[in-house]
This record gives sequence, C-alpha cells and structure tokens, in this order.
Amino acid sequence: MAQSKVRDLNTPMEYQSETGRLNILGFWLFLGAEIALFSTLFATYMVLMDRTADGPALGELFEVKGLLIQTFLLLTSSFTCGLAIHEMRRYNVKGLFFWMITTILLGLGFLGFEIYEFFVYIHEGANIGTSAAWSAFFVLVGTHGLHVTLGIGWIILILIQVAKRGLTPQTTAKVFISSLYWHFLDVVWIFLFTAVYLMGMVMQHG
Amino acid sequence: MANHAAAQHKGIPWKHVVGFVLSIVLTLFAIWFALETDLSTNIKLLVIFGLAIIQAALQLLMFMHLTENSRTQGFSGRIQIGNILFGFFVAIVIVVGSVWVLSSGHAEKKPTNGEHEMKMDSGSMNHD
Amino acid sequence: MKWDEFFVTGDPLIYGADVSIAITMLGIVFFLTYFKKWKWLWTEWLTTVDHKKIGIMYIISAILMLFRGGVDALLMRTQLAVPEMEFLDSQKYNEIFTTHGTIMIIFMAMPFLIGLINVVVPLQIGARDVAYPYLNAVSFWTFFIGAMLFNISFVIGGSPSAGWTSYMPLASNELSPGPGQNYYLLGLQISGIGTLLTGINFMVTIFKMRAPGMTLFRMPMFTWSALVTMAIIIFAFPILTVALALMTFDRLFGSHFFTLQGEGMDMLWANLFWLWGHPEVYIVILPAFGIFSEIIATFSKKTLFGYKAMVWSMVLIAAYSFLVWVHHFFTMGSGALVNSFFSVTTMLIGVPTGVKIFNWLFTMRKGQIEFSTPMLWSLGFIVNFVIGGVTGVMLAMAAANYQYHNTYFLVAHFHYVLIAGTVFACFAGLVYWYPKMFGHKLNERIGKWVFWLFTIGFNICFFPQYFLGLDGMPRRIYTYSEESGWGPLNMISTVGGFMMGIAFLVLVYNIYYSFRYEPREKTGDAWNGRTLEWSTPSAMPPFYNFAKIPVVKGLDHFWNEKQNKEIKPLTTQDLQKIHMPNNSGVPFVMASFFFVSGFGLVFEWYWMAIIGLIGVLATLVIRSFDYNNGYYVSVEEIKETENITK
Repeated sequence: MAQSKVRDLNTPMEYQSETGRLNILGFWLFLGAEIALFSTLFATYMVLMDRTADGPALGELFEVKGLLIQTFLLLTSSFTCGLAIHEMRRYNVKGLFFWMITTILLGLGFLGFEIYEFFVYIHEGANIGTSAAWSAFFVLVGTHGLHVTLGIGWIILILIQVAKRGLTPQTTAKVFISSLYWHFLDVVWIFLFTAVYLMGMVMQHG
Repeated sequence: MANHAAAQHKGIPWKHVVGFVLSIVLTLFAIWFALETDLSTNIKLLVIFGLAIIQAALQLLMFMHLTENSRTQGFSGRIQIGNILFGFFVAIVIVVGSVWVLSSGHAEKKPTNGEHEMKMDSGSMNHD
Repeated sequence: MKWDEFFVTGDPLIYGADVSIAITMLGIVFFLTYFKKWKWLWTEWLTTVDHKKIGIMYIISAILMLFRGGVDALLMRTQLAVPEMEFLDSQKYNEIFTTHGTIMIIFMAMPFLIGLINVVVPLQIGARDVAYPYLNAVSFWTFFIGAMLFNISFVIGGSPSAGWTSYMPLASNELSPGPGQNYYLLGLQISGIGTLLTGINFMVTIFKMRAPGMTLFRMPMFTWSALVTMAIIIFAFPILTVALALMTFDRLFGSHFFTLQGEGMDMLWANLFWLWGHPEVYIVILPAFGIFSEIIATFSKKTLFGYKAMVWSMVLIAAYSFLVWVHHFFTMGSGALVNSFFSVTTMLIGVPTGVKIFNWLFTMRKGQIEFSTPMLWSLGFIVNFVIGGVTGVMLAMAAANYQYHNTYFLVAHFHYVLIAGTVFACFAGLVYWYPKMFGHKLNERIGKWVFWLFTIGFNICFFPQYFLGLDGMPRRIYTYSEESGWGPLNMISTVGGFMMGIAFLVLVYNIYYSFRYEPREKTGDAWNGRTLEWSTPSAMPPFYNFAKIPVVKGLDHFWNEKQNKEIKPLTTQDLQKIHMPNNSGVPFVMASFFFVSGFGLVFEWYWMAIIGLIGVLATLVIRSFDYNNGYYVSVEEIKETENITK
C-alpha cells in the first residue's frame, strides 16, 4: 500500500502509485465480469428474438438512420475519450477537460437518441410487456443505456476531483479507469449494433 | 520535468486516429454488407459478427491499452489479456451454448406453429 | 396491505420463531448495553477493514446460517420420518426445502469458505491485508444484509416456496403470488454483489500482494484454490445477477422472459440458472480441496504430492465448469446431440478430480500421519466424497439419468458431494485455523466426538436415500403412503439427520468449552505447520500481520526454515513503519441502504426502493471523494506489539 516516492517518468502517472496499478488491474477483472453480464443478456436476446407473440417483429421498427447517428456518436465519444487520456499523459489538464467534456456531450447525445427511439417503439405498440422478444430488447439495450448514464455521472465526479486536486497519481488512475469503462461501453455497443440491429434487419428483410 | 514522458505522447495520436477511422469504415462496411448485398443470411451474419469481433479487438488494443501495465509491475498486462480471453471463451459458451441447447430437440420450434408440446412437462424439470 | 398480511400469522412454528427472534434481539441489546459494548461493536467490528476480523464475521454468520438451514432440514426429516405424517402441510414443506437449499448453498457454504479464505489467504501469501480492504468490508456487509433480507421472509411476508432452483413457471406471479419469491430474488441479488467484489478483490490480492520470492508455483495449495475459485466467481456470478434481474422484471414489471404468456421461455430460466449453478458447485468445492490439501500435507509431514498436477487440474476444472451445465436438465428434451455432448463433458470433469484424490493418497503414503481432528475430517472426506463422485458419474449418463432424475438418488448424490466435500472442509478448516483466529485450539477429544457423530449420522441419513431413490421416491414430496414401502428407510434417514444435529450442538459446546478451558497457544505454530500463516510469532497475528514481510525461497518455505533452523527473532533493525488502511463505517451504511431498497422491492413499495438506491449512490459518491489514504504504524508501536527489546 505504500506510495512510491520516486516517479519513473517513463511510466504514465496513473501507473505510478501502487494503488493506481492495483485499481487498474482490478477494473480489468471487473470488465471480465461485465463481459459475462452482457453475454447473458445477449444470449437471452438471441434465444427470444423470434418470440414476438402478437406484437410487431423486432426488425420491423428498426431504422438505419437513427442507428447510424447513435453509432457514430458513441464511436466518436470513444475516440475523444482516448484523446483525453492522450492529453492527460502529456500533463495537459486543459486538453483532458476539453476532450472529456466532449465525450460527455456525445454520450448525452447518444442517450437522447436512445430515449427518443424507445418512445417511438412504445408509441408504435412495442414495450417491455409486449412479447418475450421486446422484453429482451428493452432490457438488453436499456442495460447498456443505464451503463452509459452511470458512466457520464461517474466521469463528471472524477472531473470535479481533477479540478480540485490537479493531476496526481490518484486522480489520473481514476480518469484512466473511467476511460476504460467508456471504451468498454463502445465495445458492447458494437455487438448491440451487430446482434440486435443489423441482425434484426437482416432477418426481417432477408 | 515532464518533458521526457511528454515526449512519448507528443503531437497527433496516430494510434487513436487510425483506430477511429478503422472503426468508422468497419461500421459502414457492416451496414452496407448486411443491407445492400444479396448474399444468404448465414453468410451475412458470419461476416458482420466477424467484423464486430475485429472492431472490439481494435478498441481493446488501440484505445484501451489492454497490453499495458506489464512493464511496470509483475505481469498485469498478461493477467489482463488472459482475463479478456477467458471472458471471450465464457461469452461464446453462454451465447452459442444457450442458443444451441434451447433450439434443438423438442425445444426447436416456437409454440405458435401449433407445436404446443414445446412447453416441456414442467414436472420433469425438478432436477438438480 | 394489512398488518396480518405483512406479518406471517396462524402457525405455532412462526409464533415460536417470532418469540425466539424477539428474545434474541432483546438479549443482544441487553448484553451490549449492560457490558457497555456498543462502541466496541462499532469500532472493532462494524467498521473494521481487517481481513481477519471480516473473515471471522463471515464464519460466525455462516455458522448461524448452518443452524437455520439445519433446523429446516430436521423439520423436513421429521415430516418424512413416517408415512402420512401430519407435522407440516405441503406449503410449509415447500417453503422449508426452498429456504434449506438456498441458505445452505448461498448463505452457509460460500460465506464459510470465503470467511476462511479471508482469514488465511493474506497470511499465507505474506501480505498485510487484501488489495482493497474497504471493498472487502462492502463484500461482507452486502452478503450479510442479503442473508438477513432472505431470512426475515420467515416472519414477514412469507417464505419463498419454489425450490432453491426457482424454476419457472412455478416461480411466476400466478403460481407463487406474494412477496416470498421476491425475497429470494432480492436476497440473492444483494449478496451476489458482495460475492463478485470478493472475487475481484482476492484475485488482485493473490496476483499482486504476494511476499517477495513467492512465485505462483510456490503458493500454498489453498491459495491456489482460492485464486481459481475467484476466477470462476468473476465470470459466473454476473450470469446469476442477470437471471435474477430478468425474473424480477417478470414478476414486478410485466416482462415476458420466462412466463407462459407473451411467448416467454420457461426453460431459459433453467438454462441461465445452471449456467451459473454449475460453476457455483465448483466455487464451493475447490476451496474445500485446497483446505484438505493443506491439512493432509501438514499432518502427513510431507510436501503435497503432485503439486503441479493439482494446480493444473484445478485450472482445467475452472474452464470445464462452464461446459457441463445441461446435465442438470437432461430430461428437458434437448436433442440427442446436446445430451451426449454434456454427458461426455460431465464425465471428463471427473478426471481432474480423480487426479486430486490420488495425489492426496500419495501424499499420505509413507508419511508420519497424525490423526488430529482436521486430519480425521480430511480422511472422512476422501472416503465419502468418492461415494458421491461415483454416483455422480452414474447420473452423468444422459440415458440413465431419465431413471434417476428427480428422485432421492439425486438428493443422496449431491448431499454426499456437498456435505462430505464442502461441509467437512468447513469443519476441518475451522478446527485447523481456529488457533490462528482465537488463540487457542478447539478441544481435540470433543472434536473427535463431533467428527464421529457427524460422519456416522451423515451416512445413516443419506446412504438409505440412494435406495429410496432407486425405489422411486421422488424428491420434494411432503408425504408418502404406507403402501409405497418407503417408511423404514425414511425413518433410518431421519435418525441419521438428528445425529448430525446433535453433532452440531456438540461442536457449538466445544467452542464454549474450549474458550473456557483450552490452554492458550504460546507460539503462532499450533500444528507444526508448513505455510506462512503459522510463521507469526504470536498465536493471533497482530492487525498488520507481519512486522517484517518474509522473503520466500520455495514451496513450504516456513517448514524448510524450521528444518534448517534458519528462524531468527526480529530486531529493531528489521522494522519499518507500516502503512495500514483506515476503518470505515460507510460499507455498513451502504449495505443498510441496500436492505431498504431490497425490502421496498420485495413489497413493491417503489418509493422505498428508490430511497434505498439513492442512499447507495450517495455512499458511492462519498467514497469517491474520500482521499484518505490510511495511516502509518510507528516502529515504536510495532516494537511494543511484538515484544522486541533489542
């Protein structure tokens, strides 16, 4: 638990304290658990996606345009989040803030589109209780959306801490970990994009 | 004092830019392939899932620095890679396994096709 | 909701429970107030982040839960002792086998093992604490609060009654109305958070906090088993989290995952449940293997035979454990290919387990075996576990499984592996590491009585059940007819069950007796041990564990040091100030908010659930802003604690 006093300047700051290193490794292990969590939701979705009962088929309601906008918002946010870490490693606090806030705004945009999408579906007669397929859709996509929401809140908390304390081995480790989380949500979205939306539309239109 | 560390991270972060461009291209290609070609559904699914896995790997390696943390102390990088690979194994087992188990034998048809026997005799399920 | 629906009423058993709970609570409050112990309770226990104390709290909770689950078992055995018994009605019986199963697996077996891991693993690897001491406290308190939430269902709202497997559609709103099933969902969900955090915590601890020189292949076998178990926990528990959440959605928010309406799929629940459930079996058996490995090596005075084979077979089991889940529902009617595949994987997973059995036997070969109580438990384990294992291979054959499934044959099988494996290991580990936790041994003479009473009672209880199963007695029936001919064997089984109950009481008496009369240990090495936990100078290690972190030169390092007479007393030159984490009350508060939230969801009082969740988020935010990095223990204080004069 001892803080290392000597800073190895070749090492990014987030790895310079023992706590930082432990936390980053621990968070990777947590991401392993998240893989299992989302896999289970994906499995549920894949098993249930044809079971639409009296409700609309899944692919019927999906739209390419909204999907593309959402995907680009999230992909870009993952990129800007990476730039934020890049700036942090150059000890550029301003750059870190600029790119992180961009990331948050893009994330909020993504969430806005997702909520709008949900409202459209509900309006067209598909909600969580419509059929097994729609239950699986709303819970899978909704869980990802909830993760994004929590991620935004969490990054804001950490930015406040950076503003108060500057870049220290502790705050940088926190920023780095939150960036891992954000990139991971993008990874999950890639699979949502493929397994839910693209597959749904392929199945629908052949 | 920070010059040395900063030197490594100067200028345009090419790794990120390349990763970003690739992810956009892969996404657009997946959409085009899925919706605009006339290949069979199976081939489409195979290709788009292949693209998704490539894109996930891009994120992990280019953005998330998966292999980092190995030179600083012990073998954290290796642990992280092993952890993600095992996660990949578990993910395949959960998804492919569930679909396979629940779509073969008596379970293969859904009840709307008049095959109501698909709802298994729940009395026989009390297995441990 | 009226008050008489809120509290469970109309049954003498329940009133008995109400009264005994009230008396116990009053007794505790009186004791704490009279002896002025409230502050002690808060500062020493409720806010502690010391892995040894957290481990002890885990073990105490597990023993309480063993009592609760054991009483459930005896109620069931009483009801089944003779044909057409009128002691419990069918609903009560269903409730009791449900709570028995759930409590024994989730709130007894796992916490007991996690408790032992908490106490022992940091000591075995020469660490001062775990990687995340604060998170460790969160783990314990969420487990504890989850267990309490599940247990109050007995007197408030009604117990779940759909079996510990909670198959759909039986567990749906239509067939299991009321809050009972919600208690199951929320209790397991909350305690599952704690288990997952433990998994991450100990994995990082074992990978990163080992003493210098302790390479992975110099780790004691118990530490290895903990490491592999944690890997399984990390990947298996999220599956349960999702399955429970989906069923909660079905029951509370009208979704159709597992329902009969809306084209939901009831078998998907069974599939997800066992995707978690089978790895869970290995979560409770691998640490048991680790415990027996330590004990057998210590009391044979030999290095463990086939160390590397042991390690690799555990790693193999960890991967395999995710590939066998369908054998829990062969009769669902999946295709022949599916059943054959899982039949083969199930038989394969027996191979690494067999390797381990032979390794234990070869460890004892030509050793100087000392028949201490922990060693007796280990020997009993080998014999009885093999019986359970062999019948497991019988069950693994999918075609034959159609005959055995859902009968007492199965019940006998899994009690032979879970009791002879996990419970024997818990008792063995408790006796073995008791001096490390409390500074004195448990009395050996009484301990041997416990062993023989329990082992003989266990065989009398469960061996007849194999034959009851082959005779066609289904599990989970609350009574049977005279003509079935199952009466005599059931009576024998019940007698055995009560012998196990008596053994438990003798064990508890032994704890009291030993507290009063057993001599206190003068050194840290109560059993002439081989691993680092025995190397501390005092019987109970100080809160920082090691005044000086040992440098490890090989497997069984402490034993080799003793043989080569290399151990030197510490001097002032060896000491440096030690960094330790601060205590914190936040984990306890956070868990309390989880309780509020869970209780609200059980009764579908959403305002209450939301208040609880806001509370949980608030504690997370508070923690995020907390930059307190702990404190240093001065060299002076260490000198005083360790009695160092030079």
